[in-house]
Amino acid sequence: MDFGLIIDSWPALMRGAVMTLTLTAIAVPAGLALALPLAVARLSHRLWLRLPSYAVIYVFRGTPLLIQLYLIYYGLGQFNAVLKSWGVWWFFRNELYCALLVLSLNTGAYTAEIFRGAISGVPSGFIEAAQASGMSWFTRLRRIVLPSAFRLAWPAYTNEVVFLMQATSLVSLITVIELFRVTKTMADRTFDIYTMYITTGLIYLMISYGIILLFGLIEAYLMRHMPLAPNARKTINQRALAVLMR
Amino acid sequence: MNLLDFSGYGDEIARGLALTLSVGVGALVVAILCGLLGAAGKLSHSWAAQKAAFVYTTLVRGVPELVLIILLYYGVPTAVQNVVRLAVPGYRLDFNPAVTAVVVIGLIYGAFMAEVFRGAFLAVPPGQMETARAYGMSRRQTFFRIHMPQMWRFALPGIGNVWMVLIKATALVSVVGLKDTLYWSGKAGEALFEPFKFFLIAALIFLGITFVSEQVFRIAERRASRGVARVRH
Repeated sequence: MDFGLIIDSWPALMRGAVMTLTLTAIAVPAGLALALPLAVARLSHRLWLRLPSYAVIYVFRGTPLLIQLYLIYYGLGQFNAVLKSWGVWWFFRNELYCALLVLSLNTGAYTAEIFRGAISGVPSGFIEAAQASGMSWFTRLRRIVLPSAFRLAWPAYTNEVVFLMQATSLVSLITVIELFRVTKTMADRTFDIYTMYITTGLIYLMISYGIILLFGLIEAYLMRHMPLAPNARKTINQRALAVLMR
Repeated sequence: MNLLDFSGYGDEIARGLALTLSVGVGALVVAILCGLLGAAGKLSHSWAAQKAAFVYTTLVRGVPELVLIILLYYGVPTAVQNVVRLAVPGYRLDFNPAVTAVVVIGLIYGAFMAEVFRGAFLAVPPGQMETARAYGMSRRQTFFRIHMPQMWRFALPGIGNVWMVLIKATALVSVVGLKDTLYWSGKAGEALFEPFKFFLIAALIFLGITFVSEQVFRIAERRASRGVARVRH
């Protein structure tokens, strides 16, 4: 390990890490906004709603993210004349927009599958009670089904967010300059792959467990109404730590 | 755009698919072995084994596959070669790139397998092992005749999930220059100025692999639980 090199490359690595976090911070809410309607449609009894959402989820979960990125960024160049005539070429020409589009769609599909499971897991008594109190379909969804589903889905959703953050390293292959790309440039220039990739690995590790800690805090907040088990850890910090260690 | 017209690249893409599948299956075997070791560590009474397994799974799950693949793919053979050169001057040990990829991907997904096997070992009812001990089986016999065979049934769905992620991760080996499905699709698209068509073909190939794997695991799960009474809902 060459500590001089770590110090020299630190500012560039931090700029890369900020880009990685920005990509994550945009794709995660965009994916969630996409996932909720997808999950609800996937569980609909109407075939014309269920089938398209099933297909979208299946295609995005069934193919590698790298191919999805290549397909949109390099692939769509094949139709640049058509895209120009539609006036959308400026979007697909930009590697950052393409990266954000594909990351959001990809995590949207995985998140939809997580929420599909969580929504089916909401106890039927909750829904019957809501129906009996005269709530409409949408009120039921907003006040009963989704809040319960969020609590059930949270541990799996935490994992998905961590995976998405790690998956942003792939957008370096469609020329977006983020943490992995910065590392590769430095490693190619200095031939010191150990120093550069181990340092970057540790940065990713810290971001991963930072996300897990943050989502653990949110989980403890979401579960604050639940009675504590007899020997449970008492404070929110201790609970978040327990989530971190499991 | 005719998706069935490979313009002469059909055999290259077929060879790429063969490489993708062999790297995938090889890595699955390595991952199962690493996963069993990791689960053994996690369930062990030894402090050192527990900590070693914890460090292994924590490190691997906290770092992107791409970083691990580059680091291990380029780093480990170089390190081993340096040691070999010190021990035997003038001797150069060559690593087969495909085998290296199998080991690297296997090591990464072994960490996820460890979690699957840990859960599966714990899911076997303890009464089964207690009965075996009461019948006079040794600890070793109890493990290999009672605990391990029943563990597989609980592990199967988890193995299926890891396989689905693992086979898609093999697309990353094209980044280190292995000639897999994605590599040849990219080359064909570049040469024929039809990148969209050939990346779409690669995507459809992976979709096909996913579909077939789902069916295979469904049959395997049904077979594995054939001795278990099914409850009608």
